Amino acid sequence: MTKTKRSRIIMYIVLIIVSVISVFPLYWMLMAATNKSVDVSKGKLIPGTYFLENWKALFSQQDVKLAMFNSFKFAVILTLCALVICSLAGYGFEIYHDKHKDFVFSILLLGMMVPFVATMIPLFRMFTAVNLQNTTLGFILPTISTPFLIMMFRQNARAFPIDIIEAARIDGLNEVQIFFRMFVPTMKSTYAAAMTITFMNAWNNYLWPKVIMQGEDSITMPMLVANLTEGYVTDYGVLMLAVLLCSVPTVIIFFLLQKSFAEGITGAVK
Amino acid sequence: MSEANGPKKRKMSLEKRHNLTGWAFLAPATLMIAVMSFWPMIQAFVLSLQTGKANKLSFGGLTNYIRMFQDKVFMTSLGNTFLYLIIQVPIMLVLALMLAQMLNNKDLRCKGLFRTAIFLPCATSLVSYAIIFRSLFGVDGFINSVLINLGILDKGYNFLGNAFSAKVVIIIALVWRWTGYNMVFYLAGLQNIEYSVYEAAKIDGASPMQTFFKITVPLLKPTILMTAIMSTNGTLQLFDESVNLTKGGPGQTTLTMSHYIYDTVFKFVPTFGYASAMSFLIFVLVAILAFIQMKVGDKRD
Repeated sequence: MTKTKRSRIIMYIVLIIVSVISVFPLYWMLMAATNKSVDVSKGKLIPGTYFLENWKALFSQQDVKLAMFNSFKFAVILTLCALVICSLAGYGFEIYHDKHKDFVFSILLLGMMVPFVATMIPLFRMFTAVNLQNTTLGFILPTISTPFLIMMFRQNARAFPIDIIEAARIDGLNEVQIFFRMFVPTMKSTYAAAMTITFMNAWNNYLWPKVIMQGEDSITMPMLVANLTEGYVTDYGVLMLAVLLCSVPTVIIFFLLQKSFAEGITGAVK
Repeated sequence: MSEANGPKKRKMSLEKRHNLTGWAFLAPATLMIAVMSFWPMIQAFVLSLQTGKANKLSFGGLTNYIRMFQDKVFMTSLGNTFLYLIIQVPIMLVLALMLAQMLNNKDLRCKGLFRTAIFLPCATSLVSYAIIFRSLFGVDGFINSVLINLGILDKGYNFLGNAFSAKVVIIIALVWRWTGYNMVFYLAGLQNIEYSVYEAAKIDGASPMQTFFKITVPLLKPTILMTAIMSTNGTLQLFDESVNLTKGGPGQTTLTMSHYIYDTVFKFVPTFGYASAMSFLIFVLVAILAFIQMKVGDKRD
């Protein structure tokens, strides 16, 4: 009995330490955003009163509003398109599967191994040839369809009862109607998980926008944050406020969809 | 609501029609991947055989590949990337597995709180966390101020100005950012394992270590394989951290392959062919490592 008790205590200690380490850098960032750079350097860990000054300084140095708007625009459009296209495909591969489609699917899975850095250069040349740089289309096209999302939808579609489809067909619904009226509503947690992943990836993407969105008007939040470190002197307060603003949307999505995210992943790893 | 498809109209058999519907469902996504991923991959290979600056390209055979292995900077970046891979990925995956097993315990209190806390780093963008760690470990950053206040150091130590400590900071940062992410996959995998297996092991007096190696690891094998391949793939493409945390420095001691490839195209005079050759090597490495991992992971005990 004492042995299990001791191992339980050790377990709690480990979990508490790991949790603190996980949260601390974010807590520090939050505190830094409210303090003067000098105080941040001194290691101040409590809320300060310098938040508004940091805010004014940041907004006067950088076009935060534009970057926020762009990031939202690109991420939302990309997420919507990706969810539609990939869920259709996942559903198609699972519900109508046969030997040929399974073969195509296994080829698509190989696409998971294609590193983005390798396709980036040809994509850059392709996109500049048709003037897609600094456009929404240019931002979203490369990642609109990903093998990972298709696989996730396919795995989760496995749990979708085939009887429902048969019954709906008898009721006279066509295949597209069955997809939108039967499948989509029952797969809410899969969509939530897919949405979380896609939105976060789109919002956080840095390499591709750095390549294709070089125009000043196409700046995104991660690019703005990175720009702030270009100078010789770092103002920690201003920098961390920018990091905070860049993190708020993804953290909100994370908290809202955390539960469904876990459920969606559970289906995918079966 | 009914489609009013009279029997006469149904010349095509139902099966055939469903077959075509299936293809229609999956066509857009499949075509997109073909055009945005497979076609550029082929293009990258074709480009890698060409030499020249900007768009003045001519066939150069294997020149780029030979140049690559004589390029000291590229070799350094290859070494750095592999160092991150060999040290960081195993630490992270083992840690994630152990945390997942702990959180899978039915008697654990505050489970949701722990899970959220450990998963939270994933909500920050790569650029953001790279910059947070850059600031924490800066000469006038938080870590130094703590060390000075504790009397361990007299003045700030330049963690990012020393090749060894800069690499350690990158590895710490990577483990911080990705452990929770992998843990969620393991937790999800554990949901599919009957919890009674764990209870039976407990009754039989198995230690947490034994449970870990005899139950958790074997049963999660497919998930472990998936995360190992994803992590390897991600590590070989490290970019944001190298650019924003250390700027590849000091010198080129923390430079990653992707960072160097980016620089050869977008910072220096663009050499598309050479950059493509280097990026094609990453593809080959990803494929080889995934193949090895699958072979090892597939071994039946």
